[in-house]
Amino acid sequence: MPRIFIFDYGVGNLFSLKNALENVGLETKISKSINQSNNLDAIALPGVGNFSAAAKKLEPAKELINNLALTGIPIIGICLGMQLFFQRSDEGSGYGLGLFKGKNVRLSSSVKVPHMGWNTLKIIKEIEILDNINDQSFVYFVHSLYPVPIDKEIIVTQTEYGTEFTSMVASKNIFGTQFHPEKSGETGLKILKNFARIVKR
Amino acid sequence: MPLAKRIIPCLDVDHGKVVKGINFINLRNAGDPVELARKYSDQAADELVFLDITASSERRDLLKEVVERVAKAVNIPFTVGGGIRSTSDARIILCSGADKVSVNTAAVENPKLISDLAKIFGQQCIVVAIDAKRRVVENHAGSFIETDEGPIWFEVTTYGGRKPTGINAIDWAKQAADLGAGEFLVTSMDKDGTKDGYDIDLTKIISDSVRVPVIASGGAGKPEHFFEVFSIGKADAALAASVFHYNNYPIPFVKKYLQNCGVNIRLE
Repeated sequence: MPRIFIFDYGVGNLFSLKNALENVGLETKISKSINQSNNLDAIALPGVGNFSAAAKKLEPAKELINNLALTGIPIIGICLGMQLFFQRSDEGSGYGLGLFKGKNVRLSSSVKVPHMGWNTLKIIKEIEILDNINDQSFVYFVHSLYPVPIDKEIIVTQTEYGTEFTSMVASKNIFGTQFHPEKSGETGLKILKNFARIVKR
Repeated sequence: MPLAKRIIPCLDVDHGKVVKGINFINLRNAGDPVELARKYSDQAADELVFLDITASSERRDLLKEVVERVAKAVNIPFTVGGGIRSTSDARIILCSGADKVSVNTAAVENPKLISDLAKIFGQQCIVVAIDAKRRVVENHAGSFIETDEGPIWFEVTTYGGRKPTGINAIDWAKQAADLGAGEFLVTSMDKDGTKDGYDIDLTKIISDSVRVPVIASGGAGKPEHFFEVFSIGKADAALAASVFHYNNYPIPFVKKYLQNCGVNIRLE
């Protein structure tokens, strides 16, 4: 069974993500440190915590993750995990992985923040990870910031909440979702299944 | 406004079993929280709330096991409340797979618990539950509202509604929001169990007073009540128990009704 490494920044619920990834046929390993000998087929950056704190925890692993990204290993970032793909965040100091150029900014103050609940995906780009996902499908969000990519080519879906923001990004083997596929019922499960299929290849 | 209004069934758990009448047909074990969670999740419930009412020393272990089993069975968000008094209580629940914890009495008695929890786990996991009761204004100084029955204020009660605190619910909500509450679960102790509809005044005033989502609770008896609390009460989510448990109005029926009324709802 292909192995996916789940990076643990040290707080919150990783159990749901672990479960969901196991349900789609991946073997999971949760750890606070990653090394070359881990022998892994994919990486997940989960979505709980604060940008600065997580960026600090990620710092020692940064070079390795970026190198693995270049080798084509599938990487999925969820919520904060996706925000860490970018360079900076208005949430606090510190540097993300910089896999994508851009920064994370706060949601509009004209709406209730956090953006919490089920909202729809407007599909901008039909790619494999969205196989069998209909436009305007509902997925579950819990966040206060969102990424603004410099390279608009990586935008896969957008969602409207106070503003139209980027809710999913992808470039080759790197996938990021602002929503939580592991909490998004059937739709989320389909997305993770598609991801698992990409990993298995 | 594409963010959907949420429908949240609530399950009371005692010693690892769901209590209160549950009337689903075709359930092998009607009191099993996992089976009910799955059933509600299949019916497109948007979230689940588990309220642990176990009063015994094995409480923690029993609850941990239930939370783990539920987390394995469903992939929608769920909140666990009841007896969470410290950050270490919350850690056990969240690390077993719950998405949010709700705090009530412990937060009223020690408001710093809210900021401690928010700092460690993030604002989004912290639901502050407020059990409020209507009081006629006599010489109370805090926020009040005008109603047909004259000016009233809402008093926070603790210990499941048994203990009046003298605290004004509106002021408490504002304070809790400043401390880092990510969401409010507002239960009307006057309406709870009546099936005559939510307390719209209460829901609206809290919703207008804070900048985070508000879940209305207490009084749901028919689909019209949900519409009223979303449209007039400005609730972001509505919680109900018996109306779903007894299958009087199953979740898909309520959701369809709301959609026909023009409410943004996730059907699936």
